[in-house]
Amino acid sequence: MSEGWNVLEVVLRAVAVLAAFLVLPLLVGQTEHKVMAHMQGRLGPMYAGGFHGWAQLVADAVKFIQKEDITPARADRGVFRLAPFVALIPYLVAMAVVPLSPTIVGADVPGSALLVLAATGVGIIGTLMGGWASASKYSMLGAMRAAAQLVSYELPMVLAVASVALAAGTLSMVGIAEAWTPWWLLWQAPGAFVFLVAALAELQRPPFDMPIADSELVFGIFTEYTGLRFAFFLLAEYAGIVLFSLIFSVLWLGGWAGPFEAGLGWLWTILKAYAIAVLMIWLRVSWPRLREDQLQRLAWVWLVPIALLQLAITAVGVVMMR
Amino acid sequence: MTERTQAEQVNPEPVEPVQPVGGEAQPEETRVTAPRPKETAPAPGTKPSGILPGLVKGLAATARTLTRHAHTAEYPDVMPKLPPRTRGVIALTEENCTSCMLCARECPDWCIYIDSHKEELPPTTPGGRARQRNVLDRFAIDFSLCMYCGICVEVCPFDALWWSPEFEYAELDIRELIHEKDRLGAWMATVPPPAALDPASAEPAELVAASKPPRPVRPAAGEDEAAPARVRPARPAPGEGGPPAARPRREARAATPAATPTDTPTDTATPPTAPIPTDPAPTAVLPAADATPSGDAPADAGPADNPPADKDGGA
Ligand code: SF4
Ligand code: SF4
Repeated sequence: MSEGWNVLEVVLRAVAVLAAFLVLPLLVGQTEHKVMAHMQGRLGPMYAGGFHGWAQLVADAVKFIQKEDITPARADRGVFRLAPFVALIPYLVAMAVVPLSPTIVGADVPGSALLVLAATGVGIIGTLMGGWASASKYSMLGAMRAAAQLVSYELPMVLAVASVALAAGTLSMVGIAEAWTPWWLLWQAPGAFVFLVAALAELQRPPFDMPIADSELVFGIFTEYTGLRFAFFLLAEYAGIVLFSLIFSVLWLGGWAGPFEAGLGWLWTILKAYAIAVLMIWLRVSWPRLREDQLQRLAWVWLVPIALLQLAITAVGVVMMR
Repeated sequence: MTERTQAEQVNPEPVEPVQPVGGEAQPEETRVTAPRPKETAPAPGTKPSGILPGLVKGLAATARTLTRHAHTAEYPDVMPKLPPRTRGVIALTEENCTSCMLCARECPDWCIYIDSHKEELPPTTPGGRARQRNVLDRFAIDFSLCMYCGICVEVCPFDALWWSPEFEYAELDIRELIHEKDRLGAWMATVPPPAALDPASAEPAELVAASKPPRPVRPAAGEDEAAPARVRPARPAPGEGGPPAARPRREARAATPAATPTDTPTDTATPPTAPIPTDPAPTAVLPAADATPSGDAPADAGPADNPPADKDGGA
């Protein structure tokens, strides 16, 4: 009997995570459509669905499904077809362990912070595979840029997360969020900054979108992709925004900490994450793309030292407070 | 930041060729060595100070735009507010058209088609002469060729063609873009009324003519006739003879050329307004000139004064 209940619970949790994984990126995508449009003095989608184009992304999905699924003749077929899923699934896995509140979490594992970082690191391999298998020089260049970006920004990101883990004394995201106090906003600020920048770079979002730089590389890694596979890459990008916003909200903004924490904790986590997502959109609209060497300089000259400094500050703080 | 370093690299180079005597080897060395430290040294230092304000400015600009209304014209839902002189479509007042063909000949695209025939009207009185007139059979503008230059509207001497701001007459078949005269006539309903005249503009010629009193004024100006008989518009005495209150503008114009003969060029350029400000100064200088070249003055003023005088005569 209890065996059956356990299976049912696992299935329910998986379905809930999947639903969140499919709905939240659409929410962010629609927000991006509208916020970006208004920041540029436009209205954005207005017709799909009737009210201010709320169903635009649904219409987009329908369009993507109808498109022909083309695999280039000289492409490495298997890798080419697999790549979008390799890009997408790790974010789904990571989503499962990100808590919305101490109780609302797909799977509460002890080392969830570590798992999230590991899983998101795998996501980049999908873009790398896609770029390599496309048999196109633009895709190849994009993939190389993506690889360089990954190598450069994974380190500061891990260091930033290590700092909060050190401060909380645990690798569990629930544990970190529960150890969070408003004082962290100041104490962990450099690490938060480093994580945000590194997350943008990891997501290949402007101003770090050299791998898909449309004015230089056509569309970089996605040049040869059409239809549903391209849509999966897009979904992976927006799922990544959701994921990193949630991680940021849980690790640096205290997640569910806020008024009526007991009942509305999950709402607080989501609202904070949403604010971070809007910030990411805002940065995209406002800033130009960095050059490849500027990207590397930013990572190694600024982010890594700042992250190391943060680690030192955290260590001093932990020792002094004990 | 990088632009700045590039500029610094470029700058020394034009200087060097100017002094070729100093030996070629030395500038070569400085050229290689000098910019290098510049490239590495200021880069990390200037980066935050140069870039950060720009980044913040960018964020502020987008945030400000977010709070304002979008510029999007929601056209099919909201009709655009077009200025009255918009060149949307050409309308035809068929009654005004005399089939003179001026518009068709001036049209750069030759996209106006006019067919007409002559009709003989029987004499209205017994023994009178039969008259001929043109009857418009076809008047069509091919809007698939028209380039909306407006020449036809400008050139029509009889006010038969008008601009209308309507623009929604797209067709699925290009041949339907030839608007025949009934369709062109239907556009007349959409022609906006002409814009109000500028407050400082001259009175329209028709109104001037209509408000003018009939002839009998002329004998009063007979005194002048003796001296400058050769000059027709020598009627600078409307102050005495004409009804001054009715036409103050004309009075001003007639008075100024006589007083200031030097002003006539500006006078012709902008008839009513220009002389008034320049008036006080020259009159102080020119009372003597007023007496002696009075014969010249009306002659100079002729071009300015003639046309209204002619029209008056015609009316
Ligand atoms: S506006 Fe059109 S019809 Fe009129 S003259 Fe120009 S091209 Fe010809
Ligand atoms: S110029 Fe005017 S009057 Fe003459 S044919 Fe054209 S529309 Fe008619």
